[in-house]
Amino acid sequence: MYEFDWSSIPGALPFLWDGMKISLEITIQAVIFGIVWGTLLAMMRLSSVKPLSWFAAGYVNFFRAIPLVMVLLWFFLIMPKFFEQLLGLPAGTDMRLASAMLGFALFESAYYSEIIRAGIQSVPKGQISAAYAMGMTYNQAMRLVVLPQAFRNMIPLLLTQAIILFQDTSLVYVSALADFFGASYKVGDRDGRLVEMLLFAGAVYFVICFSASQLVKRLQKKYHPA
Amino acid sequence: MIKIANVSKHYGDFKVLTECTTSVSKGEVIVVCGPSGSGKSTLIKCVNGLEPFQSGEITVNGISVGDPKTNLSKLRSHVGMVFQNFELFPHMSINENLVIAQTKVLGRSKDEANEKGMKLLERVGLKAQAAKFPGQLSGGQQQRVAIARALAMDPICMLFDEPTSALDPEMVNEVLDVMTELAKEGMTMMCVTHEMGFAKRVAHRVIFMDQGRIVEDDSKEAFFANPRSERAQQFLAKILHH
Repeated sequence: MYEFDWSSIPGALPFLWDGMKISLEITIQAVIFGIVWGTLLAMMRLSSVKPLSWFAAGYVNFFRAIPLVMVLLWFFLIMPKFFEQLLGLPAGTDMRLASAMLGFALFESAYYSEIIRAGIQSVPKGQISAAYAMGMTYNQAMRLVVLPQAFRNMIPLLLTQAIILFQDTSLVYVSALADFFGASYKVGDRDGRLVEMLLFAGAVYFVICFSASQLVKRLQKKYHPA
Repeated sequence: MIKIANVSKHYGDFKVLTECTTSVSKGEVIVVCGPSGSGKSTLIKCVNGLEPFQSGEITVNGISVGDPKTNLSKLRSHVGMVFQNFELFPHMSINENLVIAQTKVLGRSKDEANEKGMKLLERVGLKAQAAKFPGQLSGGQQQRVAIARALAMDPICMLFDEPTSALDPEMVNEVLDVMTELAKEGMTMMCVTHEMGFAKRVAHRVIFMDQGRIVEDDSKEAFFANPRSERAQQFLAKILHH
């Protein structure tokens, strides 16, 4: 029978916390970037200007059809060389975090844009007619009338996507980045206690994501009773 | 004030409007009626460019609506419109609903817009509701707010697209009363409505539409006393005897 030995956890906590900070950092910036770029993509997709709409559709379909791990690896392998040349950085500059962030942001924008597109379409057409009828331009109608209502309808979905994103950050281990999962793996590997560390990491992910989704549920009930 | 000349519109093969021609003079109140699907809502939405049309010309105060060079937003900012489903902005308070376009479109100061908004709310009898949200008001109240919202822009004319069709019967009159008062003050109005009582009391002229065509365009006296087309006779017989 396997004997569990949890003794390596307490000492590793500061290192794990550093890892958690990286996970959260990637999540938060990808959510912000994803929502901003995703909103623009959604507006392009719904635009009557065909090239814009084609570009957005192509972008979204492309990123939704390839695995996230692949995107992260591409950025991990390509970006450092590219930026070293572009910015004249010394060879071997550590850009793992930056490439992970960019990869996540571009990838998640595709998913956010689909949520936001549905949100925009959930606002009744009459609302935009009313905005136009009062002399608002397209931009004013979007900014003042449509998007505020769309985002209110979308909040639960956006938060749920953020929770999924947080789980997905564990994939940055492919670039040997010490996010929470990567850090747990490193500690377990070092101490020969991989099983315990991975169980512990799993429990932490579960507690965070489960409480967050309960919170989203409660929020949803508050704003959309019924 | 409003000139509609030979306007036609089609979706593919389906003709929504065929060669519609009419006009509304300053201070005139026109009621547009007809069976559902006759194109009356489409026609009124062509007037402020919410619906595009393929041929013909519409001018409002001399400005062509269909001309791509026309600044439609500017034109619409002084043509008030009231919708069947009110279309108040649900994420804003009543007061904000009245202020938003005044400040963002006309560039009025917040104070000026507020004052104007409050004056108009008082006029439609809803000053006490200013801080509430549209969802907290009855349909009739919401439509009165929508009228006040349109008036806040100091429109040169008002378009009404079935303003009472979505209302419970007991709320129809409070909205019609506001419209009647507006008409008495000399506002130029084009109203799509089935309220024949309103047409009889307030309208100067009645336009009857059927299958995308303007079938009758006459003074209200002539229209009600002696409609020329059979279609209008049938329509009136149905709508007046219920």
